[in-house]
Amino acid sequence: MTLVGWFEIALVLGAVLAAAWPLGLYMARVFAGERTALSTVMRPVERALYAFARIHPGSEQNWLSYTLSMLVFNGAGFLFLYALMRLQHVLPLDPQNFAAIEPGLAFNTAMSFVTNTNWQSYAGETTMSHLVQMAGLTVQNFLSAATGIALAIAVTRAFARSGIREIGNFWVDVTRATLYVLLPLAIFVAILYAASGVPQTLAASVSATTLEGAKQTIALGPVASQEAIKQLGTNGGGFFNANAAHPFENPNVWSNVLSIWSMLLIPTAITFTFGRMVGDRRQGYTLLAVMGVLLIVGTAVVYASETAGNPLLTAAGVDPSSGNLEGKEIRFGQALTALYVAATTGLSCGAVNAMHDSLTPLGGIVPLFMMQLGEILPGGVGSGLYGMIVMALLTVFVAGLMVGRTPEYLGKKVEAREMKLAMLALLVLPFCILGFTAIAAVLPTALASLANSGPHGLTEILYAYSSATGNNGSAFAGLNANTPWFNTTLGLAMMFGRFAYVVPVMAIAGSIATKTNTAASAGTFPTDGTLFCGLLIGVILILGGLLYFPALALGPIVEHFLMLAGKTF
Amino acid sequence: MSKRVIHGLLDRSILRRAAVDAVRKLAPRKLVRNPVMFVTGVVAALVTLIFIRDVAMGRGGLLFTGQIAAWLWFTVLFANFAEAVAEGRGRAQADALRRTRSDTMAKLLLHPDDTKDDPWESKPAQDLVAGDVVLVEAGDTIPADGEVIQGIASVNESAITGESAPVIRESGGDRSAVTGGTVVLSDWIIVRITAVAGSSFLDRMIALVEGAERQKTPNELALSILLSGMTLILLITVTTLWGIADYSSTEVSVTVLVALLVTLIPTTIGGLLSAIGIAGMDRLVRFNVVATSGRAVEAAGDVDTLLLDKTGTITYGNRLASAFIPVPGRSEHDVAESSLLASLADETPEGRSIVALARGHYGLPDMGNKVPTKVIPFSAQTRVSGVDIDGRCIRKGAVDAMLAQVGQSIEHAPAAFRQAVDSIARTGGTPLAVAVGSDLVGVIHLKDVVKPEIKTRFAALRQMGIKTVMVTGDNPVTAAAIASEAGVDDYIAEATPQDKLAYIRSEQRKGRLIAMCGDGTNDAPALAQADVGVAMQTGTQAAREAGNMVDLDSDPTKLIEITEIGKQLLMTRGSLTTFSIANDVAKYFAIIPALFIATYPELGKLNVMALATPQSAILSAVIFNALIIVALIPLALTGVAYRPIGAAALLRRNLLVYGLGGIIVPFIGIKIVDLAVSALGLA
Repeated sequence: MTLVGWFEIALVLGAVLAAAWPLGLYMARVFAGERTALSTVMRPVERALYAFARIHPGSEQNWLSYTLSMLVFNGAGFLFLYALMRLQHVLPLDPQNFAAIEPGLAFNTAMSFVTNTNWQSYAGETTMSHLVQMAGLTVQNFLSAATGIALAIAVTRAFARSGIREIGNFWVDVTRATLYVLLPLAIFVAILYAASGVPQTLAASVSATTLEGAKQTIALGPVASQEAIKQLGTNGGGFFNANAAHPFENPNVWSNVLSIWSMLLIPTAITFTFGRMVGDRRQGYTLLAVMGVLLIVGTAVVYASETAGNPLLTAAGVDPSSGNLEGKEIRFGQALTALYVAATTGLSCGAVNAMHDSLTPLGGIVPLFMMQLGEILPGGVGSGLYGMIVMALLTVFVAGLMVGRTPEYLGKKVEAREMKLAMLALLVLPFCILGFTAIAAVLPTALASLANSGPHGLTEILYAYSSATGNNGSAFAGLNANTPWFNTTLGLAMMFGRFAYVVPVMAIAGSIATKTNTAASAGTFPTDGTLFCGLLIGVILILGGLLYFPALALGPIVEHFLMLAGKTF
Repeated sequence: MSKRVIHGLLDRSILRRAAVDAVRKLAPRKLVRNPVMFVTGVVAALVTLIFIRDVAMGRGGLLFTGQIAAWLWFTVLFANFAEAVAEGRGRAQADALRRTRSDTMAKLLLHPDDTKDDPWESKPAQDLVAGDVVLVEAGDTIPADGEVIQGIASVNESAITGESAPVIRESGGDRSAVTGGTVVLSDWIIVRITAVAGSSFLDRMIALVEGAERQKTPNELALSILLSGMTLILLITVTTLWGIADYSSTEVSVTVLVALLVTLIPTTIGGLLSAIGIAGMDRLVRFNVVATSGRAVEAAGDVDTLLLDKTGTITYGNRLASAFIPVPGRSEHDVAESSLLASLADETPEGRSIVALARGHYGLPDMGNKVPTKVIPFSAQTRVSGVDIDGRCIRKGAVDAMLAQVGQSIEHAPAAFRQAVDSIARTGGTPLAVAVGSDLVGVIHLKDVVKPEIKTRFAALRQMGIKTVMVTGDNPVTAAAIASEAGVDDYIAEATPQDKLAYIRSEQRKGRLIAMCGDGTNDAPALAQADVGVAMQTGTQAAREAGNMVDLDSDPTKLIEITEIGKQLLMTRGSLTTFSIANDVAKYFAIIPALFIATYPELGKLNVMALATPQSAILSAVIFNALIIVALIPLALTGVAYRPIGAAALLRRNLLVYGLGGIIVPFIGIKIVDLAVSALGLA
């Protein structure tokens, strides 16, 4: 680790904060329906859309109707995407004449993009037509992100309101999230990407002659535009198989900084939105501080263990001064690679600029553990916030009792109903992650997909299910996931991880909204400040993390000790 | 306060009975009420079956499996024992109460309008129905709860309150309620029965302290959902470990997985949860307060606003003389002497306080040898009292009444007199004018004396985040003066019962929880509306029905302690939950390396406690897990100490003790158990 490296990290995070703060306050205005700078342009578009879809923006929904609208919307998105892929060979804009996607992969991919996961069991540039990429995948990149934002806003409203059943109108929220937040930002970021050298063209490929005189076809496409929303919407599905390690997705250090900045932007901003909307900015800062501290700790672990290098390679005669460079792009450097690794998994983004498979065992624990903690550090657009709120409710419950009052969060009493729903939501994560991993670990069909044996092979499986359930989408590589078993189970894990989690959370929102606010007093458990931050971190690590300790012990932890002992497998 | 026998924490007879009950509570029907312990019981049975199988098939490792099975059963038994001890302490009190209830014969009057001398027939108390009218004479036990409709009697209520001083019960007014099982000491009363056998106050109290009607309170329910959820999640962790270990070519036995599960699930808090609830209720009973539900006790911990009656709670209840102020030309001594003489025959508390002040502060001699020629007692019409003595007519009374008596108007009274009257009224006192013949001598300052310790208690309440509101019938000026002297946050002056009710509603709309106490029938609506309504035992039946707690000592200041008991109950739950969860860290470090060390010797680095062998590590964790329940029973029963230091400071403190302590203690504890286990050669 170097001071310059940390300075780079601090600079990027500082830039994120500087932009997220005004964006968060702007979003609070957007979702409150107030006038904003973009209203002149977007209001007419918005009104036309409502008129077309016969939506009354003034009428609000209760939690159930809001959630059902969300499910219908995402269900329709799934079917559309599935059909598009199955029929891509007969549809236009398929310059490379790709065949129809087979059902297992189409299911997996459709689920992946609808749930904001963007797990890719395929290589994008050699599988999907431009139509699928643009009208299917990129559209879902917007809509799945907008869905996440809408849900987070609805949950936030529930805390801001008192004694009413309505928590907003899903159609209005999702429209505003797209028109006022995602679209303008995506255009802005796409231009920056293009400026930094990322291609933006409808041409399929260019042909080049290599130095040896061989003919090479280099895939091209509308990369910059997809890259922008991929990062902003914490989608992570790359245009190219190598994702952000590919020189056309991420050509230089500027595009790399832009990538990190744009993926952290909205999940950070929404904590400011939260603080503003519940009428107590400190509450937002507190959640952000927790996310930030854990993200920085994660970055530090990756940075430290990657620069420390691999003793096995050192013994084999590799110069240890640059640390472990296997699977990394030398143009990004260790510091920003470490930040990228922690951020892309702390967020449910899943874009990668280095191969996580090649990280040292301890470095590899970080992305794995960040995902297993439930994608809340700071998590996906929207989903990170409501996931963090669930953890805050648990923290308040366990610790709030310690001050001798029945627990309350933001003036709302946390009672049996909220506890039941929160536990239901939390159960989804270990059930999918550990359940599927345990089955895959003994199933010969699944084991055939592994490129490595021993603890590393286990980590590959564990990583895949953690990534799918957390709706992250990054892959550890080394695992051939394009098999019926993995396509199906990973698809299911993504579905449960998104929808089985969010439905109970929305039910909590419904219950919270109907409660009246209790007044705060000196006897009230304070949910802001460093004490609560520490407590929340403790609960996240203990309640969220201890579950995975046995599995991690048999994966990366033992691999680390084996590496130190100089053993391979 | 309470004269009832307090059973020590470790009363032998209670412990003996609890040990038997602990086994009895193993019945699955009872165990299923506690999900965490139910899971523990099920897996204990599973390991027992494995043990029996191994014995039958002559397999090895019997000592290990047998010990694990035994300690798992102990875990469940210890939890049952904790609950049984808590119940036992309540039961001892219930038995004492029940004795007073046995076979009383009632003197049933034939007509409701009958009086003392009409004929009555004898009827067993348990056959009485609501509406029956009975005669209770000196020496009789009151057969059932009821309302005095005729007569007045002194009643010994020590069976209920533990207080041996008799209380007066009379028809009409706020002291008309009588309780079955109490004894009439003198005179007679005619009582209309309001509650039949089985639903009387005494019956409810017995049921409550016994825990027979115990239902999980809302917060307890929420907490047990959290604990069940965690159990389920850890069940997933442990079950899936089978497949994951299989991948790693490690064979893990069911016994070891069970050991891991039981040490990870929150057995500590799961085992003590119901004991904490019962003990909280019990603490209240020991404090001579009976809550009608556990819900009320929890609500008491949440109270934001206390509505306190001024009289009796904040002040001593009577206005007491505090100074004598002379008019020009007279000395203080003159005023004191005249006042003393005027009050010689005045037996009201005010009169006695004047005598006491004159003698005590001004050293006036006993004037008992002087016999007044005429005594004028105080009356509400004249508002004047006094004596004629030594040929002097000495009078004292309300200022306007006295001015009328001496034939002066306030404008013509001496300026010093006017000033004195004004300043006394401004500070909330009551001025009494004193005159000899037609000459005004001076003014007596009667003052509502605020209890000396009350101000610090209110400060403590403010620290706890509780707002205090004084309710008084006084005018706003007086109320404000007393409020500022006592240090309350707010006051309602000239309060009517409707005002109280309206104030409670408006506070509740602002999201606050209100506690109040009251005794009169006109308090009943407010008592019912308040989140915590404490009725006085001396109060009317209506008030006692409306509140959700009854204070047997009829001491309104107890509201403060009731709040603390509520907080203590919640804190104990929270602290032990934190402790229980924090324990898991150490248990992982004990068991995980032990599980996999055969496959990956490198994992031995995680064995930071340097436990002797894998078997002893696992066994030690299980033993520690069981013993910690027993070790924490006293804490569960007495509760975590509450300190009024504000929420943030309290949290920091408890987090340090139970959070950090919960992480560190098991590391030490498991190591000690491991040393013992390996020294004894048990594993």
